[in-house]
Amino acid sequence: MSDIARIVILGAGQAGGEAAQRLRTGGFKGELTLIGEEPYPPYQRPPLSKKYLSGEMDLEHLLLRPPALYEEENIAVLKGVRAVWVDRTTRRVRLEGGRELPYDALILATGARARKLPVAGADLGGVFVLRTIADVDAIQKQFQPGAKLAVIGAGFIGLEAAAIGRKMGLDVTVIEAAARPLARVVSPETAGFYLDEHAAHGVRFALSAMPVIIKGAERVRAVGMSDGAEIAADIVIAGIGITPETSLAQHAGLHVDDGIIVDRAARTSDHAIYAIGDCAKRPVHHYRDRLCRLESVHNAIEGAKVVAATILGQEPPHEEAPWFWSDQYDLKLQIAGLFSGYDRIVRRGELKDRAFAHFYFAGERLIAVDAVNKPGEYLGAKRLIEKDLKVSPETLADNSVPMKTIVANAGS
Amino acid sequence: MPKITYIEHDGKEHVLEVASGLSVMEGAVKNAVPGIDADCGGACACATCHVYVDPAWKEKTGDPSSMEMSMLDFAEGVEDNSRLSCQIKVTPELDGLIVRMPKSQH
Ligand SMILES: Cc1cc2nc3c(=O)[nH]c(=O)nc-3n(C[C@H](O)[C@H](O)[C@H](O)COP(=O)(O)OP(=O)(O)OC[C@H]3O[C@@H](n4cnc5c(N)ncnc54)[C@H](O)[C@@H]3O)c2cc1C
Ligand code: FES
Repeated sequence: MSDIARIVILGAGQAGGEAAQRLRTGGFKGELTLIGEEPYPPYQRPPLSKKYLSGEMDLEHLLLRPPALYEEENIAVLKGVRAVWVDRTTRRVRLEGGRELPYDALILATGARARKLPVAGADLGGVFVLRTIADVDAIQKQFQPGAKLAVIGAGFIGLEAAAIGRKMGLDVTVIEAAARPLARVVSPETAGFYLDEHAAHGVRFALSAMPVIIKGAERVRAVGMSDGAEIAADIVIAGIGITPETSLAQHAGLHVDDGIIVDRAARTSDHAIYAIGDCAKRPVHHYRDRLCRLESVHNAIEGAKVVAATILGQEPPHEEAPWFWSDQYDLKLQIAGLFSGYDRIVRRGELKDRAFAHFYFAGERLIAVDAVNKPGEYLGAKRLIEKDLKVSPETLADNSVPMKTIVANAGS
Repeated sequence: MPKITYIEHDGKEHVLEVASGLSVMEGAVKNAVPGIDADCGGACACATCHVYVDPAWKEKTGDPSSMEMSMLDFAEGVEDNSRLSCQIKVTPELDGLIVRMPKSQH
């Protein structure tokens, strides 16, 4: 660490912001510069499709820390500035406008971009993606009771926006190419529950449906479907996934494959350059070091902890099982683990009580949980996964035994 | 503004003025008081904002919801006066509140 005097962090999102803070609290005394393209200091994105969209949370609450704290800790935050080039041989980052910043260590925390709809008319007025404060500020102006909202893509962000839309009195249709919502992220069992909940709240669904054009003169009027049908819309929100922002890494010749490839210490193929957060693809310890590109607050924070420990030569943090949450209506979904490859699902609680957990097993091994209004089941399963404790599906299915007891009795 | 005393596990005290309307968790995070991680940012989703409410203040801070209680069940070193600090809203009545931080949030 002694030879590292200047650290540049590219991307002032949650990963970049947390990394800067952890480097300082961990004892880094050198120059620390955080560069972000957005006009804000680091903020949390989860509320963007939840309480910020509904107007229940304001900008001040969205910011991860007050701007003054960066000054106090001598972290230079360059806002509204885009980095355009990384020169690995001279170890410099070039900013838009030509300014160059030398680095001894460079942390790429460039996040991801929301995918734009790949159809004609996607640039009409009233058509949005939902990733940044600017996106939501623009959406909000049009979020008026009675307006027709078409959400394209039934992932978490799309469904959260649909739920807020209903809460604010909009007329909401969700359009999804797959046969069910949340197809990539939860089992058909959990997805079916969410489909019913949204339907009960008055959301219409067009499933197995492909939008092919956004129609309208200057503003959107309707979404044209592949079968010729039209879905009338005043507002379209596309929630069709994200693309990791890897262009600088790619140009710099780093190893990139749907994410900047890093090792357990967050190092890229150039050992002066690190990558964390949504833009990185890293081995996940609890899943036999499978290379994953995770899109979550957990992953952003953990990446920040790891990179700070690596650069400062300190003990790396214990890796958590990947975790995530989603708020829709009065339902809190909490997910721990990675469910892909499961061969059995066990349920605790009942769907009709709107409080249940689905545990996913691969053979004997518990690999993931989706818990709806069941935070104890979520935290308990997370601990079982992290400690690699054994528990049988039958034990978990027994509602008469509290989750705490199950976890306490689980064997290694 | 209500004054809140945050006491780190090693005994270090931070006396802060925290605006009404913020949560006890936000009061710590916005002032860089260590010991509260608050990974989920106050969404009651992570249980990394665990504090012990000084017994004299237990009643005034109210009872945790059943969701919060189930999360606390799994917090390290949970006690009768354990709370998730993101779920305690600062009000003028909480002027003088004292909370202690656990050894670790993970
Ligand atoms: C609407 C929404 C809801 C979400 N809800 C949840 C949730 O409930 N739970 C959960 O766990 N996760 C949620 N997530 C995901 C979570 O917010 C992200 O995984 C996390 O923000 C990733 O942080 P990051 O710092 O890696 O990337 P980002 O937050 O994308 O930050 C990267 C920053 O880098 C900037 N940047 C990129 N390139 C450059 C450049 N060349 N020069 C300068 N700056 C650059 C970008 O403008 C951006 O500001 C949600 C995300 C969204 C969008
Ligand atoms: S901040 Fe996550 S539960 Fe309180």
